[in-house]
Amino acid sequence: MSWQKKVLRIDLSTGESFVEPLNMEWAHDYMGERGLASKYLYEMMDPKTDPMSPENVLIFATGPLTGTMASTSGRYAVVTKGPLTNAIACSNSGGKFGAELKFAGYDLLILQGKSPKPVYLHIVDDEIEILPADDIWGTSVWNTEEWVKTHHQNPQLKVASIGEAGENGVYYACVVNDLHRAAGRSGVGAVMGSKNLKAVAVHGTVGVGVNDPKKFMQVVKHTHQLLADNTGRREMTEQGTHAMIDTMQEFGGLPTRNFQAVQFEGTDKINPEASTTPKANGHVNLLTNKACFGCTIACGRIAHIDKEHFSIVNRKEYWHASGGLEYETAYAFGPVIGVDDIDALTFANYMMNEHGMDPISFGGTLASAMELYELGVLTKEQTDGIELKFGNPEALTVMAEKTGKYEGFGKELALGSKRLCEKYGHPELFMGVKGQEFAGYDSRALQGMGLGYATGNRGACHLRHDTFAEDMEDQSGNGKAIPCKRSQDNTAAIDSTGLCLFTTSAWGIEEFAMQIDAACEGDWDAARLKQTGERVWNLEKQFNLAAGFTKADDTLPKRLLEVPAPSGTAKGKVCELDQMLGEYYEARGWSADGVPTAETLHRLNLS
Amino acid sequence: MFKVLTMFADKCTGCLQCEMACSLENEGVFNPAKSRIKVFEFEHGKRAVPYTCTQCEEAWCMQACPTDAIVINKETGAKEVIDDQCVGCKVCTIACPYGTINYNTSSGKVIKCDLCGGDPECAKICPTQAIVYMNPESAQAAA
Repeated sequence: MSWQKKVLRIDLSTGESFVEPLNMEWAHDYMGERGLASKYLYEMMDPKTDPMSPENVLIFATGPLTGTMASTSGRYAVVTKGPLTNAIACSNSGGKFGAELKFAGYDLLILQGKSPKPVYLHIVDDEIEILPADDIWGTSVWNTEEWVKTHHQNPQLKVASIGEAGENGVYYACVVNDLHRAAGRSGVGAVMGSKNLKAVAVHGTVGVGVNDPKKFMQVVKHTHQLLADNTGRREMTEQGTHAMIDTMQEFGGLPTRNFQAVQFEGTDKINPEASTTPKANGHVNLLTNKACFGCTIACGRIAHIDKEHFSIVNRKEYWHASGGLEYETAYAFGPVIGVDDIDALTFANYMMNEHGMDPISFGGTLASAMELYELGVLTKEQTDGIELKFGNPEALTVMAEKTGKYEGFGKELALGSKRLCEKYGHPELFMGVKGQEFAGYDSRALQGMGLGYATGNRGACHLRHDTFAEDMEDQSGNGKAIPCKRSQDNTAAIDSTGLCLFTTSAWGIEEFAMQIDAACEGDWDAARLKQTGERVWNLEKQFNLAAGFTKADDTLPKRLLEVPAPSGTAKGKVCELDQMLGEYYEARGWSADGVPTAETLHRLNLS
Repeated sequence: MFKVLTMFADKCTGCLQCEMACSLENEGVFNPAKSRIKVFEFEHGKRAVPYTCTQCEEAWCMQACPTDAIVINKETGAKEVIDDQCVGCKVCTIACPYGTINYNTSSGKVIKCDLCGGDPECAKICPTQAIVYMNPESAQAAA
């Protein structure tokens, strides 16, 4: 048990749905969520497929621990080929939708083809309906969720949907569930839009059983306690991931103005302290924290915008609470575009959730557009009369909304940074890897992060490895390859369980293994999880190689490789990628060209 | 006086561990749809409020039941459903002004909080002490 052992497959072209048994051989090799969905994707489609074509496959995947009492059990992943990167995309999300899909009785929801007209799915256990979305197409995520619940008179429905961004193929459109949680990266929402699928609404009453409930609850009691007692967890509860902004500012790893600087002078206006300090008029940004399904950490932020702020002063519809700033959103609407107006940042965050876009990629794209503007490549006429200069909060709020609604210059920002910079003749201004924009860590200060970015299977990403400890201790490229490889494998395993990476301040891979072992059939120990993670990583790599990626794509922008960090603890340093990359390929059992050897594939049961 | 399940809504993060603990205890699986305790969300996620049977003195569910399937547990004060006697007529669900007794479609009987016989699982699992099983005097003082 713990797997529902059922897959719901829907062919949107024909409107047919099929409930099929889960391939348990694959489940035992790939667990669930990221790993298992990647296996299905790899087996179901040609990796060369155009991501926006009907032939692309879109998978919503839960893990074996999704919907159980293991802490943070609300995770699900959206796996597909990403339009932003043309690589395998796997974006996971919390909230309550994933657990609800599992409670309805399914491990995976697989969507194929393209509906001739806009539709949404309405799933209540084994009742599956594909319904016309005429009333919600062209509207926001927030409107869609409210409409669906009202229309079906069922507040218990959990909804994952796309906004206008996904409908219009914004390259970094995301899938948003439960109003402000998102499967954010790589443009998975654009794939959903290309299939004419507006939303998936689900209510489940089947429940989730575990293999050995008594043992499972003993283990869960232990893992809950580890989290409760952990200092890192406490910081996450109190400050969310937002606290990282002060650490990175001090360290000098906070990408500023499109990576031209690594420290931001306005940090203290947008950090956690600023979010809890009353303004002159008494307004306090942060209201409370919020948990995803099953989560005993509750790192989510709920905030509100000052009613007197220019962005909403005449727009009462935004005078309510919603998702607040976390580290990556604070970075992407703050330092990287030079803006220090916390209300403007919060408004931009609302726009991302309401219209369905990835904040990291939006911020990165706006940052490169601002640099193009300051270089004189873009002019005020092209940017709808907005001064697209670093530091302009109006540029942030207006462009966030325009991009979300796919209007004006927002249509250019919708391209993502790589395509935008290429279009305007400055490809070197794109700050990312494989088409995906960097998260809020500078690779000159954090060398292992640079290696992780360069080798990430979904392009630049901070959530595919964890070398923080090594990076903060030693700012050279030495000794980063093995921790990078090891943590990539562990992360791939954790992402395949149905639990959240943010538990890792308190849990090692052993704790994940003991929870899987009690919940699932078969024997699961740390070694098996690690090998599963390595298998998942290599499978993703196989997908990308077949899609046409080569060693040349495992690289970083010249700005990080050749221009030294201007300040901070890494002042004068560049990212030593070349050295790290060779060691990394070797540690992985790959050739010097970054291709898994026959021996490695055989060892991982991938040949 | 019987101990009471006391909810401190301002401490609730909406994690639903209580709903899972409740359903595991009563249904043997994790299944919030069949939980006797419910967490409601308001104001775009700003507030989460746990809510279950208050074990009210009038017990209209008990008074309305035509088959005497709801009885008072003398140890805990909980109004408990005797499954063998419940015929699933749902009259109690209409009688209850709080909506905390509900029909279970898979068993054909009604379900409500029985305080787990005096050791409520929801209170034990709540990570933020938003649900506490306490003496009524303490509960009043805390409020």
